[in-house]
Amino acid sequence: MTDATVAEAPAAPSTRSAGRFLYISGVVLLCAWVLVPIYFLLVNTLSSPDTVNSFPKPLFPEFDFGSLAFFAQFAGMLTALKNSVLTAGMTMIMSILIGAPAGYALSRFDFRGKELFRLLILLTRAFPLPLLALPLAVMFIQTGLDDTTFGLALVHTTLAIPFAVLITFSLFSGIPLELEEAAWTLGCTRLTAFTKVVLPLILPGITASAIFAFVISWNEVFAAAVLTIENRTLTAFLLQNLDTSPLHLKFAGGFILVVPALIFIFAVRKYLFAMWGIANR
Amino acid sequence: MAEIQIKNVAKKFGAYQALHDINLTIADQEFMVLLGASGCGKTTLLRIICGLETATEGEVWIGGRRVDHLAPKDRGIAMVFQNYAVFPHLTVFENIGFGLRMQKLPDDEVRRRVERVASLMHIEMLLKRYSGELSGGQRQRVAVARALAMEPDVILMDEPLSNLDALLRMEMRAELKGVLAESKTTAVYVTHDQVEAMSMADRISVMHQGEIVQAASPIEVYRNPAAEFVASFIGNPPMNFLRAEAAGDGKWSVAGNVIDGPRYGKSPLQFAIRPEDMQPAGDGLEAKVKIVEPLGAHLLVTCEVNGTLFRAVLDSDMEVKRGDMLTLAPQTDRVRWFDPETTLAVA
Amino acid sequence: MNARLLPYMLILPVTLFLCLFFLYPFVLVAKQAFTTGAGFTLDNFREVVSYWKFPISLKNTLLLAAAVVPIQLALSLLMATMVTRMEKGRDLVLYVWTIPLGISDLAAGLIWLAIFEQSGFLNSMMHGMGIVDKPANLLTFQNPGLVFVAIALAEIWRATAIMLVILVAGIGLIPKEYYEAAEVFGASPWKRFVRITLPMLRPSLQTALVLRVIMAFEVFAVVAALGGTLFPVLMGETYAYQFDLLNSGAAAAMALVILAISIAATLVILRALRVPKGATI
Repeated sequence: MTDATVAEAPAAPSTRSAGRFLYISGVVLLCAWVLVPIYFLLVNTLSSPDTVNSFPKPLFPEFDFGSLAFFAQFAGMLTALKNSVLTAGMTMIMSILIGAPAGYALSRFDFRGKELFRLLILLTRAFPLPLLALPLAVMFIQTGLDDTTFGLALVHTTLAIPFAVLITFSLFSGIPLELEEAAWTLGCTRLTAFTKVVLPLILPGITASAIFAFVISWNEVFAAAVLTIENRTLTAFLLQNLDTSPLHLKFAGGFILVVPALIFIFAVRKYLFAMWGIANR
Repeated sequence: MAEIQIKNVAKKFGAYQALHDINLTIADQEFMVLLGASGCGKTTLLRIICGLETATEGEVWIGGRRVDHLAPKDRGIAMVFQNYAVFPHLTVFENIGFGLRMQKLPDDEVRRRVERVASLMHIEMLLKRYSGELSGGQRQRVAVARALAMEPDVILMDEPLSNLDALLRMEMRAELKGVLAESKTTAVYVTHDQVEAMSMADRISVMHQGEIVQAASPIEVYRNPAAEFVASFIGNPPMNFLRAEAAGDGKWSVAGNVIDGPRYGKSPLQFAIRPEDMQPAGDGLEAKVKIVEPLGAHLLVTCEVNGTLFRAVLDSDMEVKRGDMLTLAPQTDRVRWFDPETTLAVA
Repeated sequence: MNARLLPYMLILPVTLFLCLFFLYPFVLVAKQAFTTGAGFTLDNFREVVSYWKFPISLKNTLLLAAAVVPIQLALSLLMATMVTRMEKGRDLVLYVWTIPLGISDLAAGLIWLAIFEQSGFLNSMMHGMGIVDKPANLLTFQNPGLVFVAIALAEIWRATAIMLVILVAGIGLIPKEYYEAAEVFGASPWKRFVRITLPMLRPSLQTALVLRVIMAFEVFAVVAALGGTLFPVLMGETYAYQFDLLNSGAAAAMALVILAISIAATLVILRALRVPKGATI
């Protein structure tokens, strides 16, 4: 061995630990990048309306529920919250009920027109869907669905369905056909094999995709603003009152919008990646 | 009483003909093995018997009843799958009892039958576990127990041992054979492993390109292959073939030797002999040694006879090395003849 | 039931639903955009395009997309590679990084408003450090650059997560042996990233970019929350045509303009990142 290698040897750990330091601080920095803005919103929400409008801002919350109380009392706000929950709930149920059978068909059968069907689904996903809210507004007025949470839920279901189909497709593909076949040989019909074997196995995944549909509806702004007038959802209500409402109302409303997101993403985190993995194929 | 009759069954997948006009009768309580390389149609045939696949043409009868229009659950069969298909969300007990529960049997009857087959398969201590907590061999036992618990007329098995390691496979082979003989059910067993087929079967159906080439007892298939394909598929190493030219009435010239053979109108024929059916002698086939592989019990010698590769299994005490010339005398009663045009055996 | 009909029965609900709420309204939009009461006309487009705000909003939308998407692509690639190397805390870090995925664009706009508004955290901190003595109103027409930066930051903050999820899933699909083989042949980590990760990630990059670029052309609520009318964008103009000007023909024409841009961008991305046949994993 030459001297050079001996001299180099002690240097290696220090460059490695320097790289490691850089790596860890990068990770921490990126986490802060995500979390700090949310923290600021939290500080504003948990401060009194006076503090929110004053200057300079404290960097810590004073745990005053004045802003939230103001939010709760603001005319129409709680109704808007209720409308959001209702719409998202209906979207969740409809997109799974309509989407899951198609996901099952895609994973289990080869049929004529399968590629065309997949194309239709992908097309829906790659399309600025909220734009369709405009003609639907006219259509809904003709059918009496205008300004109802159900009508809006229908539009949100259109948004959520491509995801529901692709996620359930990947879920069903993860259940070996052999398990279903085994159930058939053990006395099951197609239907009982599905309810006794397939359903229990994919239930957590179905829940995750239902939650995903809920979030899509919960967050949607444009179609909600176009399609509802009296029965505004929370997003539409906040958007409509952006110019006129005081700051503490905006922040409290924003906070109420963010909280479910934090919980839902936590609930579905296991499935986020699996579903995109297969959805790309 | 459950005899299986397969009458004129054919199966097409699109333009691909997977099975051609299959006719086969499997006797009550017989252990029938469907043997062939992958893609030969053996699994398709099994799945048609099971009802997981529908035949394009033909009929399937089980126990004197035509079943090819029935769902799997109405055919009186049970199946053991290649990847075991043990339900991951149920305990071993509920897995074995799954079919019984579907028949709505009373709880104590379910318990009695589950415990009986569990002790038969030596898995009594696993009844409370889930499939994720079992080894491959244990899952295999659960899958077999689940099929047996149904007390079916016919038990169907699709390469059930192929995912086990070699030692476990040998152990399960013997055990499965014993359990099935005990249960008195008719069994159809698909495998590509000829040792498995030979050791377990009452009869073997050798399949090739969607057809059954020969259906006979293991020893018959080994000794008297009905076609060149069977001769070159069964046996490890398989039979050797050499070209034989007619050399007078019932005489054939093989690599410079004149050998007694059948009286046959056409020439040439294929001369065939198993590697273990030859001895070094003063007179016989001139073979140049290419590779010597000591296998413990024997010596596997690959040589060249008249430009053709040729294998011989010799006594392990023999001293042979690469480049040696051997003279190998075939055991006359073990020589078989095939017509190269029809590829069928010549009596 | 007839096994051949079963798959069609299963996809029937989705197909009907999408025909009714996707294809049909799409046809309606197109019809509305090309008619003004009396037959085929391009008047709507002429009107929309000649309006003085159109060039500005088009420029703003494209500029925002051009500024935001490349940064997000780099950032999400960086985050995805960081996460794949991670052993401890991977789940937690991924959770934190994907939180914005569940946050609506409106909420994201409000979160960044809390930072940039006159009495917001940015002013407070600058005040605390003695850089300014009085809170300056940052988001005004006098600071168009700052408005742009605030909107861009909010967009980067909000929508990097969706690309991250798709890329992490995509990297997960690349078998480890390729990296090990490359390492054995002496490729440095950077070379491995450029020569193996990037080419093999093309399908996921396609999906991520298409989805993200379409979203970028639909940018609306973030802008509404942060810039108001200071920073006109296409989607905002569509909304204004529908509600403030009550001209649904023009709104439909705008919608088709956005659609055309989205389709053009999608085709460019698919073409640029196409995977040769037979070169898939």
